[in-house]
Amino acid sequence: MSTLSLTGVSRWYGNVVAVNDISMALGPGVTGLLGPNGAGKTTLLHMMAGFLSPSRGTVTLDDEPTWRNPDVYRRLGLVSEREAVQGFLTAYEFVLASAKLHRLADPAAAARRAIDLVELESAQDRRIGTYSKGMRQRARVAAALVHDPQVLLLDEPFNGMDPRQRLHMMQLLHTLGDAGRTILFSSHILEEVEQVSGTVQVMVAGRLAASGDFRTIRRLMTNRPHVFAVRSTDDRALAVALIAEPSVSGVELDRTGLTVRAGDYGAFTRALPRIALDRGIRVRQLVPSDESLESVFSYLVEA
Amino acid sequence: MSTITWITARGLFGRRRFLLLLPLPLVLLGLAVLCRSLGVDPGQWGPPVLVGLGLAVVLPVVALIVGTGVLGAEIDDGTVVHILTKPLPRWQIVLPKLGVAAGVAAATVAVPLYVAGVLADSVRLGLALAGAAALGALAYSALFLALSLVTRRPVLLGLVYVLIWEGLLGNFVSGTKVLSIQQYVIALADRIAPTGLLETSVSVPVASVMTALVSVGFTVLAIDRLRSFSVAGETS
Repeated sequence: MSTLSLTGVSRWYGNVVAVNDISMALGPGVTGLLGPNGAGKTTLLHMMAGFLSPSRGTVTLDDEPTWRNPDVYRRLGLVSEREAVQGFLTAYEFVLASAKLHRLADPAAAARRAIDLVELESAQDRRIGTYSKGMRQRARVAAALVHDPQVLLLDEPFNGMDPRQRLHMMQLLHTLGDAGRTILFSSHILEEVEQVSGTVQVMVAGRLAASGDFRTIRRLMTNRPHVFAVRSTDDRALAVALIAEPSVSGVELDRTGLTVRAGDYGAFTRALPRIALDRGIRVRQLVPSDESLESVFSYLVEA
Repeated sequence: MSTITWITARGLFGRRRFLLLLPLPLVLLGLAVLCRSLGVDPGQWGPPVLVGLGLAVVLPVVALIVGTGVLGAEIDDGTVVHILTKPLPRWQIVLPKLGVAAGVAAATVAVPLYVAGVLADSVRLGLALAGAAALGALAYSALFLALSLVTRRPVLLGLVYVLIWEGLLGNFVSGTKVLSIQQYVIALADRIAPTGLLETSVSVPVASVMTALVSVGFTVLAIDRLRSFSVAGETS
């Protein structure tokens, strides 16, 4: 069992701070690194994987630094976001080369086992250049898994995968996590993280915004005030009726229609049709105006 | 053959830019054969073809294409990460790659230079040119391999060195010749087969020591730079 520890890690490029004072310890199991694009997830992963030196702080795998220390790759595997692979190799050659570079006792058997694990047997003798994005991703995961690492880091592993491949990859990560491996994967999609991991680290603008059990964080996210833009046949009458609703915390009326702030997403969306029906008002438009992940994240930071 | 050597060779020969290696040696060979068959005096065509084209253009350009290709191309497309995430001391990555680069460059350049040398003077001159060019290929490859780790534009910087420093300044400012691999190659070839065709102001001891220094120094630099290799984040 291996532990990846970050202590006060920051990384800046000139005046731009990409990662700001992050501390965490990752143990066995699957952890999701969640955050909007540009939050610094990739920079953090690169520091964990020894491909970037922290400007400040330390990154260690079982008390050994990962920077300038190739020995950590005996216990660590990385699947980077860039889907670069030597397209002129077949998947088997590619994974076998990885096994040989790891100096494994039986590289051919290790390569076959890794290819089985990602279900790529049927295409293993085709050049990777002819693969779909998802297949290429699986070939890279197989190469990263060939030495059975204690720690596996994956940067946006579900990008470009179809739903079936996605499900399979999620199961694979689960299996590895249950077997005592330390798995960290990054994603900017809430649902992906929800399905794979119980523990999440949420990054926003280079900082660690939240950390812990996914359900608790999810509740924090869903309990925030939701903003809707509503247009109807009689905005003023609708506003009067809505403000009497306990789920509604505020209503604004202007020329374009209503802006409604609701404290409880579910209660409000159930109440609106009932109110409109009772008053004989037709709702022409109901648009949640802050559903983007960024606003969810920024709410988390403010909370 | 080590796995790194195998992947490097497959990567090099698998890319289309490898075809760029062929025309220059063929031009060298063609010119030498043409001059010889037309009965032109070797004193007339020897220096411009052997030195002006062979050692000043074909050797460094071929070494530039190969030397920046063995690692620089992998850095450009990101595949280098697959090799770097292995528990290998970094010299075990740099040395095989340097071996492939120097070997391919030497083979590509030495053969036409040997033939041209034989046609111009003697088998001895042919062997001298081929041998000195092989040493030059090693020094150039070490330089260009290190360049691909030091800068994002190794080909451009390499061209500046070959064309401006060695090609242009070497003609006007004689002091620059002490830092010119091309001049080392000429001095070494002239030492092995003294003829009137090769001329340089650099002494043989200086050429030998500097060739060794350049080869070893830039290799050590490359190993150290690869140890601290950073991947820039997509978002940075």
